[in-house]
Amino acid sequence: MSDTIKDATIEYAIRLGDDANVLGHRISEWVSRGPFLEEDIAYANVALDYIGRARMFYGYASELTNDGRTEDDFAYMRDDRQYRNLLLMELPKEDFAYSQVRQLFIDIYYSLFLPELVKSKDDTLAAIAAKAIKETRYHLRRSRDWVLRLGDGTEESHRRTQRAVDSLWGYTHEMFELDDTEQLLADSGIGVDITQLRDEWHRQVSAILTEATLNIPEDGWAVRGGRIGYHTENLGHLLTEMQFVHRSYPGCQW
Amino acid sequence: MSSEEQTSLQEQQFMQKINAEEKIEPKDWMPEKYRKNLIRQISQHAHSEVIGMQPEGNFLTRAPSLRRKAILLSKIQDEAGHGLYLYSAAETLGISRDEMIEALQSGRAKYASIFNYPALTWGDMGAIGWLVDGAAIVNQVSLQRTSYGPYARGMIRICKEESFHQRQGYDIMLTLANGTSEQKAMAQDSLNRFYWPALMMFGPHDSESAHSAKSMEWKIKRETNDDLRQKFIDQTASQIEFLGLEHPDKELKWNEERGHYDSGEIDWEEFHNVIAGNGHCNRQRLEHHIKAHEEGAWVREALVAYNAKKQAKQAEVA
Ligand SMILES: [Fe+2]
Ligand SMILES: [Fe+2]
Repeated sequence: MSDTIKDATIEYAIRLGDDANVLGHRISEWVSRGPFLEEDIAYANVALDYIGRARMFYGYASELTNDGRTEDDFAYMRDDRQYRNLLLMELPKEDFAYSQVRQLFIDIYYSLFLPELVKSKDDTLAAIAAKAIKETRYHLRRSRDWVLRLGDGTEESHRRTQRAVDSLWGYTHEMFELDDTEQLLADSGIGVDITQLRDEWHRQVSAILTEATLNIPEDGWAVRGGRIGYHTENLGHLLTEMQFVHRSYPGCQW
Repeated sequence: MSSEEQTSLQEQQFMQKINAEEKIEPKDWMPEKYRKNLIRQISQHAHSEVIGMQPEGNFLTRAPSLRRKAILLSKIQDEAGHGLYLYSAAETLGISRDEMIEALQSGRAKYASIFNYPALTWGDMGAIGWLVDGAAIVNQVSLQRTSYGPYARGMIRICKEESFHQRQGYDIMLTLANGTSEQKAMAQDSLNRFYWPALMMFGPHDSESAHSAKSMEWKIKRETNDDLRQKFIDQTASQIEFLGLEHPDKELKWNEERGHYDSGEIDWEEFHNVIAGNGHCNRQRLEHHIKAHEEGAWVREALVAYNAKKQAKQAEVA
C-alpha cells in the first residue's frame, strides 16, 4: 500500500467510523423512550449494530496508523472539528417520525453503499461491509415499514412525517459527494464512488415516500460540511456527553 | 354436586398438583387468589425489568469505552426482552399489557424499589450489574421451581442472561478496583451505595412479610426472603474481598456454627422510606415512563389507523 493510499484509507475508515459512532449514539438515546417496549428493543438492537460498526472501522484505522491509538482514542479523544461524520448523523433525535425518516434515508444509502464496499480491494473494508449488509437489511425493513405506517396513518402522523422529510432533505446531498480523498480511493478500487448511487437512492426513497402519501421535497437547499469537520451545533453537545467520563479520567482502562 | 362442592374438589386437585410439584398451566383451574397473587408478582417483575432500563440507560450515552457501551446496550436490550417476556407470561392469567402499564403508571402496581436509587457514576453500572442483577438472580433461580408453568419457564430463560449481566457488572468493578486510585474510589463509592439497597431487594424479614405464607404454600415462592438474602450475603462477601474493596457491613462476621455470615441490621427505616416515595428517583422513573408512553401515543394511533386502512383495502380486493 502506498503512503498516499494508506493515509486516504485511514481517513476513510475514520469517516465511516464517525458516521456509525455518532448515529449509534443518537439511536441509543431512544432506549427506554420508544412508543412501546418492542421499539425499545429494536432501537437498542440498531444502536448496537452501529456501535459495532464504529468499533470495526476505528479498529482498522488504529491498525493502519499503528501509532498506539486505539478505537477509543478515535471516539473519545477528538473534538467536533476533527470529527468527519455526515451532518445527517448528528442531528438530534427529535420525534419518532424524524428518527425513522432519517433512518430510512440512511438505510437506503447503506443498502446501496455496502454492496459496493464489499467489492473493495481492501479486504478489511470488504469484510466489515459484508457483515454490515445483513444488519442494514433488517434496519431498512423496519424504517421502511415505519415510514409507510406513519405517512399513511393518521393526520398527525402524516404531518409529523412530512415535516421530518422536509427538514432532513437538505442534509442528504452531502451523502453523495466525493472529495479528493474519496475520489482517489474510488479510482483505486478501494472506496465507493457514491456519486453513482445518488439516482438509485432518489428513486427508492421517492417510491417509498409516494407510497406513504408523502411529498418529495424540491432540491432547493443543501447543507454540507461534515466530511471537513464543519458541523452543526449539535455535535459539540453530543461529544461533550459521550466523552465526559472518558476524558475526566485520562489514561484509564475501562 | 353443588357448586361449592365442585370448587372444593377443584381446590383439592389443584393442591395435589402443587404438592406433587406439577406445574399449573394457563388453562388449569386455579383459585382466584392464586391468580391475583401471580399477576401481582409477575407484573411487578415485568415492571422492574422495564423501569430498570432507566438507571442504566442514563449512562448509555456516557459509557467510557465503545466496548462497554456495546455491552451495556446489549444488557438493556436483554432487560427490555425480559419485560416483554414477563408481560406475556402475566397475560396468560387474563390481564392485558395495557392494563398492567396503566396500573404501573397510576402507582397501583409496584416495581423493585432499588431502581429509585440514582445511578450517578460509571461505577454504578458495575455495582448495578453485579449486585442488583446478582440479587435478582438469587431470587430468580429459586423461582425456576415456581408452581406456575409459564413463569417458571420464563425464569429459566431469563436467568441465563442475568448471570451474564452479573459477570459483566463484576468485570466493570474489577477493572475499576484494579485501576487508578480515583477509579478504585469510584468502585468503593458505588459498592457503598448499592450494597444495602441490594440486600433490601429480598424484601422484609420473613416475620414481617405480608405475602409470604400463602405464596410459600402455593409454591409461587420457594424460599423465604431471609434465606435468599443469606445466600446473597454469603456469595457477595468473597467477591468483595477479591476486589480488594472494603465491605460496607462493618459487622459482617463468619459464623462457623451456622456455616453462614452474620451481618449487621438493615436500615429498615430507609427501606420503608424509599418505598413510600421518598427515594431520589421515585417520581422521575414514573414520569419518564409516562412521558415516553404519552409521546408515543400518536405513533400507536398511526399504527392502528394504517392497519385498518390496509385491511379495508384487502377487503375491497377480496
Ligand atoms: Fe432482567
Ligand atoms: Fe439483568
